[in-house]
Amino acid sequence: MSDILTIKNLRVEGRPPGGAYVPIVKGVSLNVAKGEVLALIGESGSGKSTISLASMGFARPGCRIAGGEIWLNGRDIMKLSPQDRHALRGDEVSYVAQSAAASFNPALRIGKQVIEAPLWHGAGDAATLTATAVDLYRKLDLPNPDSVGEKFPHQVSGGQLQRLMAAMAMSCGPDLLILDEPTTALDVTTQIEVLKAFKDIIRDQGTAAIYVTHDLAVVAQVADRILVLKNGEMVEEGPTAQILHDPQHEYTRMLMDAVRPAPHLVDHVDASAAQAPVISARNITAGYGALTILSDVSVDVPAASVVGVIGESGCGKSTLARVVAGLTPLREGEIRLDGKVAAPSVKDRPRDSLKDCQIVFQMADTALNPRQRIGDILGRPLEFYQGLKGRARVEKVGDLLELVDLPRSFATRFPGELSGGQKQRINLARALAADPKVILCDEVTSALDTVVAAGVIELLKSLKDKLGVAYMFISHDLSTVASFADEVVVLYAGQVVEKGPSKVVFSPPFHPYTKLLLSSVPEMRQGWLEGVADTGEAKAASAGSVVIGAKGCPFANRCTHAIVGTCDVTPPPVRTLPGELEIACHLPIEEMP
Amino acid sequence: MYRIILTRLAQGLLTLLLASIIIFGATEILPGDVAEAILGQSRTEEALATLREEMGLNRPAIVRYFDWLGGMLQGDLGTSLATKRPVADMIESRMWNTLRLALLAAAISVPLSLALGLWSAIRAGGRVDKTLAMTTLALIAVPEFFIGLILMKVFAVELKWLSASANTRPYFDFWQNFRALALPVATLSFAVIAHMMRMTRSSVINIFTSPYLEMAALKGLPKRRLVVRHALPNALSPILTVIALNLSYMVSGVIIVETVFGVPGLTRLLVDGVTLRDIPLIQACAMIFGAVYILLNLLADVLSIMANPRLRYPK
Repeated sequence: MSDILTIKNLRVEGRPPGGAYVPIVKGVSLNVAKGEVLALIGESGSGKSTISLASMGFARPGCRIAGGEIWLNGRDIMKLSPQDRHALRGDEVSYVAQSAAASFNPALRIGKQVIEAPLWHGAGDAATLTATAVDLYRKLDLPNPDSVGEKFPHQVSGGQLQRLMAAMAMSCGPDLLILDEPTTALDVTTQIEVLKAFKDIIRDQGTAAIYVTHDLAVVAQVADRILVLKNGEMVEEGPTAQILHDPQHEYTRMLMDAVRPAPHLVDHVDASAAQAPVISARNITAGYGALTILSDVSVDVPAASVVGVIGESGCGKSTLARVVAGLTPLREGEIRLDGKVAAPSVKDRPRDSLKDCQIVFQMADTALNPRQRIGDILGRPLEFYQGLKGRARVEKVGDLLELVDLPRSFATRFPGELSGGQKQRINLARALAADPKVILCDEVTSALDTVVAAGVIELLKSLKDKLGVAYMFISHDLSTVASFADEVVVLYAGQVVEKGPSKVVFSPPFHPYTKLLLSSVPEMRQGWLEGVADTGEAKAASAGSVVIGAKGCPFANRCTHAIVGTCDVTPPPVRTLPGELEIACHLPIEEMP
Repeated sequence: MYRIILTRLAQGLLTLLLASIIIFGATEILPGDVAEAILGQSRTEEALATLREEMGLNRPAIVRYFDWLGGMLQGDLGTSLATKRPVADMIESRMWNTLRLALLAAAISVPLSLALGLWSAIRAGGRVDKTLAMTTLALIAVPEFFIGLILMKVFAVELKWLSASANTRPYFDFWQNFRALALPVATLSFAVIAHMMRMTRSSVINIFTSPYLEMAALKGLPKRRLVVRHALPNALSPILTVIALNLSYMVSGVIIVETVFGVPGLTRLLVDGVTLRDIPLIQACAMIFGAVYILLNLLADVLSIMANPRLRYPK
């Protein structure tokens, strides 16, 4: 086989603003043959994205390619002039980024952006290129392939946009395709169709590809070979099956161990004896402006327990947390915190009610003030809620840091000096400073690497045991929720479709939506994707999208079991099943999947 | 989108109405009234009372306000106290002089500052960028009358290339007009170019860090195409706002230029009106400036709304 790309001893350096250059990639060599998919895996900071960009001869601002050879189609591209290197990008190599929503220019029509690269490089005139693009849309199973190019990026869904970005990358007929975490930002249900599309198109065109990801289950589906990276150095390289089943290096084994088993295979925690609820939300209806997101949602969080909230993006998970916290005032219903009725708006809640219920946001980067030292970030709530000042405050900040397994000396640092996982721990410590009864965790591990996320989950567990704090744990990662939550609430289009103890929720009978979510979680098994992508459930699910405020059952338009004339017209009844399980569905219990 | 634009237009009208109340209120607060102004030193109490009765000045302020507003809406700007001519006639002859200066300066400064802003964004950090930054900062720092005087000293007094007086005559040919208008237009442009240019540059550069610009760069497009095609359309909103603010500043800032270069324009008329306590004239001029200011900002907002595809093409 002939190699499309050969990288020899690549070194890339980067520097923080005003600082000196430090090595990021320390002498990595790799090669990719025609029609082959090479996966680069590793934690963040391992240099996998940097390497993938370097294979286009590109370094992000603040970085530079310091040495090594990059041979593409038989030429060392580092020896080319900058103009000639420009000419390669979007012609011989193209790039698919993590977030299509951010990578499409919001001010330009999709079709124009898709054919921009080949048009610029003189591969044809606009009409021919548009015709080729429409063919690609059709191959990628995009709805309305003839007219989708006329739309603006905000007019199509996230999954479609991700496939359109694949079309954008393929429109120039590249020899090498770089995919940088292309499905990480997607829901599991959407991930399937997008992965399938990528895989098909790579096979059809015989393109060589570099696939960057930290998700090993995804790697198992798409890669021929795997290169494991750590701190900019190669740890191990081998065929996919060997790396997954017979990893040689200790680090690779550690990565494998951090992968959580599929939700239905987890040993579920037995629900502890019924406790008085710290949060009791009854018949909540809420939304933004004219838009109603949540309708008639009831959720209880018992003291010292974990209630997981799952569902796709846009189903109202975060809105639920915001309503409980009072950030988005509810319109109807009632929220009780520790038995007392709480005012709808956070402005009207007394201090001890605020103290009881704290929130931790997904992005620690944006939740922590970059200009405040950790000591001040943690000290302020200590002073506000507990009246601590001076020495006592400093002492308690140190205690909090130790509580989240960080050294006391971190108090003098700024958030910018910390890693992602450390920042999330500070974020958690800030919530703990109030000494709350319950913490609302909104996707707190979603932005973290598997290994780091596992550490944060362990910390949450030990804090629960130590302090008796309860969590409302919002996540789209079913495996994490399954291993951690005592009870689970499944939200769809702002309504509760299923809830109960997690052991019962994650075993049959299922609500058809819960079943879809569970079967969409990628498995480490090679060939899993082909099996699941062709099922009726996956096809029906990708055909429709989340509709808020549907007349009947909101899931009817994506459900293979939907009864025409019933499900799309009448709201489903709530059925109570043994084991305190509630399912909102028209199907008789014995027909539920 | 149309609803948003209509709401914005309604807000504009409301602002204009508020401006009229403030203008009328302000002239009301000025010491003395029209009757005192007309009669001047020779006034007697009886004469004042008769005149006030005659002019309807004894009626409550609110009635007189609506009277005035109604007249304005019908195009009747009142009669000047000093010249006894209709205010509309006086303004008409002067307005063209001011408008010509402002329009010429706008026609030069807007495209020039956009082009320079984009150029320095493309060459960000380079020599072109730094030189432009230094020059424009120096121009912002120096008051415009001073720039006007320096230009006059160099080009009109020393080199004698251009005219120091911006007074034009109807029989002037193109070159004579050019000689007369070049310096005031240049002075006015210098005052606003710096601001607009720097805003264009920073709005465009702000977008450089966004993933869609990296995406475009990885398509192998050169920097100038990234700036003009990918960054500029997304930076339009702040740029339009700054252009509108600067153009409306220019319309009122014209007063200094008109004074320095002796242009018989609208602002000179306003200043004369204040010295003579010619209240109808002051009110009319102030309303015109207010209306231009509001209109320009309204235009910028409507254009920003129309440039946003999210509003133009809802889901």
